[in-house]
Amino acid sequence: MASLKELKGRINSVKSTQKITKAKQMVAAAKLRRAQAAAEAARPYATRFAAVMASLAGKVSGDSAPRLLAGTGSDKRHLLVVVNTDKGLCGGLNANVVKEAKLKARALIDEGKDVSFYLIGRKGRAPIKRDFGSMIAREFDTSTVRTPGFEEAEAAASDLIGMFAAGEFDVAHLIFPVFRNSLTQEPVSTQLIPVPAPENPANGAAVVEYEPDEEAILAELLPRYIKTQLFGALIEREASEQGASMTAMDNATRNAGDLINKLTIQYNRSRQAAITTELIEIIAGAEAL
Amino acid sequence: MALHFELVTPERLVRSEDVYMVVVPGNEGEFGVLEGHAPFMSTIRDGAMRVYRTDGAAPEEVAVRGGFAEVSEKGLTVLAEHVED
Repeated sequence: MASLKELKGRINSVKSTQKITKAKQMVAAAKLRRAQAAAEAARPYATRFAAVMASLAGKVSGDSAPRLLAGTGSDKRHLLVVVNTDKGLCGGLNANVVKEAKLKARALIDEGKDVSFYLIGRKGRAPIKRDFGSMIAREFDTSTVRTPGFEEAEAAASDLIGMFAAGEFDVAHLIFPVFRNSLTQEPVSTQLIPVPAPENPANGAAVVEYEPDEEAILAELLPRYIKTQLFGALIEREASEQGASMTAMDNATRNAGDLINKLTIQYNRSRQAAITTELIEIIAGAEAL
Repeated sequence: MALHFELVTPERLVRSEDVYMVVVPGNEGEFGVLEGHAPFMSTIRDGAMRVYRTDGAAPEEVAVRGGFAEVSEKGLTVLAEHVED
């Protein structure tokens, strides 16, 4: 049985932990609101961009299509772009993303493909290094800025396009957490390069004039599409991180509360036991006289 | 007779309003868009767009970088990567 003093120390230490988790939860809740607003604000661009891409990609096809759309003609070397958070304290979010990435990597390796990784965010590095240490092609650091914005997406995208142009990979997949709500964030994987053809290309009903021609516009838009995709992934990551962090910290605060209750009961019981023994000792002493 | 004009960046919808005319610095020369313009798509070189709220009004300049303009029956939509208001 722990002494009274030890119990008191534990209760105090759990109390201060609870204060920290509570503060972190409230910070995450505030940041989540901001991240959700950012995701909301980014939606018009994405939808309009997708519409333009759909109407263009339907018109340009065959041999004249740019390499970013048509691919290199081989699908031997795969690059997995894994988007993780920079900070921890967000429950199983990073573990889930890494798990998805590893599943994908194993599936590709079983098919006999070459796999390499491009890691965005610090928290994915260690767990992926453990299993696929030699396959990490590059790491992109987003921890230097507070909230990664379009500049970071641009930098990462031009990095990727440079690697693609240099022939370092044939196919790139993007793996990132999608924010459903603060309780669920699902890791999803989508193909990034070559750009997947839109599912329902607009039928060329409207006669649209292009300046310069369709192919030139498409060639200019494809890198932007990749930037937009990466930016979307960063925004989703931000919202997911804050949502997961909020839930995890809420749980931690509740657990700390339970633990404090349990410890307080234990403390009171031992205090009572100590008083009882003391009384018995006094009474026994008085009787002996 | 107003042209619906939308300016969108990846971060937000910068403006969505009805204007008289917008002069856009296209890659192959400037072009002005009025209401009822034929469907048209063009890349934009980095530079200033001139927005005329009403006929004859002094234009308002909006600098864009990495842009792309689409004219449809719904109006003019400019997708730009960076906007300096």
